[in-house]
Amino acid sequence: MSILPETAPVAVTVEAISLSYGDHAVLKDVSLQVKPGEFFAFLGPSGCGKTTLLRLIAGFNTAQQGRILIGDRDVTDLRPWQRDVGLVFQNYALWPHMTVMQNVAFGLEERRLPRVEIKQRAGEMLELVGLSALADRRPSQLSGGQQQRVALARTLAVRPRVLLLDEPLSNLDAKMRVQVRRELRDLQRRLGITAIFVTHDQEEANTVCDRIAVMNDGRVQQVAAPMDLFAHPANLFVANFLGTTNQIAGHVDGAVYRLADGQALPVPPGTRPEATLVLRPQDIVLVGSATAPVDGSIRLAGRVADHEFLGNTIRYRVVTELGDLQIDVLITVTATPRKIGEMVHLDLNPGRALYLTE
Amino acid sequence: MAQVSAIPRLRRAASGATAGQVAAALAIAAFLILFLAWPVAQVMIAAFQPKGGGGFTLVNFADFFATELFVRSFWNSLYVSGMAVLVATLISLPLAYITSRFEFRGTMLIQTLGVVPLIMPPFVGAVAMGLLFGRNGTVNLLLEDYFGITIPFMEGLNGVVFVQAIHYFPFILINLSTALANIDRSMEEAAQSLGCSGFRLFRRIVFPLAMPGYVAGAALVFIKVFDDLATPLLLNVKDMLAPQAYLRVTSIGIADPMGYVISVVLIVFSLLSMWASSFALRGRDYATTQRGGGGLDRRRLSGPQAVLAYGVVIFILLLVLAPHIGLTLLSFATVWSFSPLPDAFTLAHYARVFDESAVYMKNTVLYAGLAAGIDILLGIAIAYLVLRTKLVGRQWLDYGAMAALAVPGVVLGIGYLRSYYGITLPGGVPLATLWIVIVLALAVRRLPYALRACMAALQQVSVALEEAGENLGATRLRVIRRIVVPLMTGGILAGFVTSFATAAVELSATIMLVQSNADAPLTYGLYVFMQSPAGRGPGAALGIIAVILVAACTLASHLLIERHRRRSGGLR
Repeated sequence: MSILPETAPVAVTVEAISLSYGDHAVLKDVSLQVKPGEFFAFLGPSGCGKTTLLRLIAGFNTAQQGRILIGDRDVTDLRPWQRDVGLVFQNYALWPHMTVMQNVAFGLEERRLPRVEIKQRAGEMLELVGLSALADRRPSQLSGGQQQRVALARTLAVRPRVLLLDEPLSNLDAKMRVQVRRELRDLQRRLGITAIFVTHDQEEANTVCDRIAVMNDGRVQQVAAPMDLFAHPANLFVANFLGTTNQIAGHVDGAVYRLADGQALPVPPGTRPEATLVLRPQDIVLVGSATAPVDGSIRLAGRVADHEFLGNTIRYRVVTELGDLQIDVLITVTATPRKIGEMVHLDLNPGRALYLTE
Repeated sequence: MAQVSAIPRLRRAASGATAGQVAAALAIAAFLILFLAWPVAQVMIAAFQPKGGGGFTLVNFADFFATELFVRSFWNSLYVSGMAVLVATLISLPLAYITSRFEFRGTMLIQTLGVVPLIMPPFVGAVAMGLLFGRNGTVNLLLEDYFGITIPFMEGLNGVVFVQAIHYFPFILINLSTALANIDRSMEEAAQSLGCSGFRLFRRIVFPLAMPGYVAGAALVFIKVFDDLATPLLLNVKDMLAPQAYLRVTSIGIADPMGYVISVVLIVFSLLSMWASSFALRGRDYATTQRGGGGLDRRRLSGPQAVLAYGVVIFILLLVLAPHIGLTLLSFATVWSFSPLPDAFTLAHYARVFDESAVYMKNTVLYAGLAAGIDILLGIAIAYLVLRTKLVGRQWLDYGAMAALAVPGVVLGIGYLRSYYGITLPGGVPLATLWIVIVLALAVRRLPYALRACMAALQQVSVALEEAGENLGATRLRVIRRIVVPLMTGGILAGFVTSFATAAVELSATIMLVQSNADAPLTYGLYVFMQSPAGRGPGAALGIIAVILVAACTLASHLLIERHRRRSGGLR
């Protein structure tokens, strides 16, 4: 298909980038590599530097230190229009004085392609995103999802070596968001283009991307595939940002983690002395008093303080000697929900325990 | 305020307008009909009636187009307005572009220039410009000495174009600057990442997006120049439309149909340029700034670029300030003729002006103050009725008030004469000769400014803020007093100041209505002074005083309302 890039996908390498505005350091010694053809995410809370890093790759920010490479080419000192990367803006940035077709054709015109080819390629791009029928509309006459697709078509039309997406789903309603993110992933796979996606929404990153760089406070906290991030978070920030955690007070004491009530769990070798025990709500088992604890588990007693209905699970807040713990219980037809004030027992499974530091 | 406080509930049933609302709306409608629609209708009717009245005829228009003087005046007016827009654009474009696109130190200074035309009537500058740029003015004398050439800046229509462009360019500058500032940075960045840069970026993205703002400014300049009568008259250019209308009515009388025909032509062109401007804006609200976005990317100027940019800006500033500089020199000059600078300086003109012209100043402050007061009362009331009630036809109050924009001052003046000269008060004094009529004309002319300011201010007050007040037990009246008006103060102040300042420098309607020196405002006095060579020194002194007076009143009202706002905001 002619819409496929003519060249093989390229890697994007960020090397020891530091950027500050005055005294305010936005990016602190950031290094990472996006593999060729990978769908990569910069994930983090607002103000973590993810958009700044994306704009740096696009050429709209300048770093004080470090290099950016696209493929083997050092683009650090190139202007935006010399870089051959496509950026889809959060607000789409469609030009209101041009039609959909004119928007899509713009980059091709700037590349001084023959008129016939411009028309053909812009038409193909609109077909790719399913908007051929709306070619003569103005952007203001389109819905949010359609505008988003025009922005995508406009960017892909010039066959950029890298596709950058700045919170592309944030201006869509919840239902559209799910649909568009699937389309995005399918499109990226078909085109085989290297893509970087900026978002603060872990669900978006998890569902769309091959690998994620979790960022906080101008630093990369961890780079990993979504499931690895969830299962093996590198630190407390990553664990908290991707899902809910219970941090259970205590301290590492030789080969065990000693809780405030005196009970102890064995810790894996190499656990840092300042580490904290972290258990996810689904890794604590809520049991009646009749059953015996599973081997090696630690049993706590507590009182149900609150419950939230989350769809297929109920999340209980249970007050224990070790503080408030959150426990997710799958809803089944047979089980009756626990009442507020009811006494329950909790089993902490050492096999699911995470020992994390700040 | 009476109308506002008479309005009870926020949103009754869709049809439910209260008696107070209806009364307020009818009072406003009556005002607009009596002092805007009726006088203008009188002018229109007279243009289509044979001399002496009765029946319908197009013969007046045939006469108009058969008279060589009028046809020439028509084309001259078009030419001068068009050229003034062009020259004003040439002045504004570099200023707007440099200040919005680059890191530039003088940005504040250039933006301050926006108030310059508000505080000085253009015809005052015309005299000073003659002395600086005329055949024997400073610039041409120097050019002649050093290069042996002269440039006819001020000859005939050139002079009108030059003076008007320098006076009115801020309307284009402000609109263009705002439009440029409203373009989201991502618009530009999207083009850059697709390979577009430099001048192509400006031509393909930036300028098209700023176009509606530019057209709005250009249309405004076009109307202002087309309708201005004092500047051409002072430059001794009589063959233009607005001066002709004035001359016909004042020399031949209010029964002469030609004055009315010219008035109709003036109105038609006003409407045309307003239509052009709204056509340009329709469906093209390109204000694209998003949260966290903000304006074009400001770039640092390189060395040679900086020299060029500052050079261009300083040159333009000198040009723009020329009328003020010239006027200041003239006001202190003993004799200034055939020399680059005055021969000697004196304070005699100021002494003379203070002796003779105190009444002008008093009248100006009185008239402009009353007119601006009427304007904000009407402005608040109309804004409230339109935005916060379901009154049937409330939009028409807005349209009606805004229609004043399309009525040239000279036309309104003629309309008042025709409508109210025949009505005499007990004692035989014609209604049209009372000074309060001048105030009403000024109020009608400046109402659109105050109204837009009040509308904008009220739109920014969320209905929820009022509902919160009502919910906590405040009556409708107290909500208006404690929540709505305090939150609108900024807008009301802006409306008052704009109406006041522009009313203080108005001449085209006033010149028709002033009957005696005792009732005349400053601008009329200025005009009388400036017409004789001997009066120019005192005229310049009066002009400087006018500028200071208007600036001082504007500042004072600003401070007064600001203090009131702080006090009521602080204690209550």
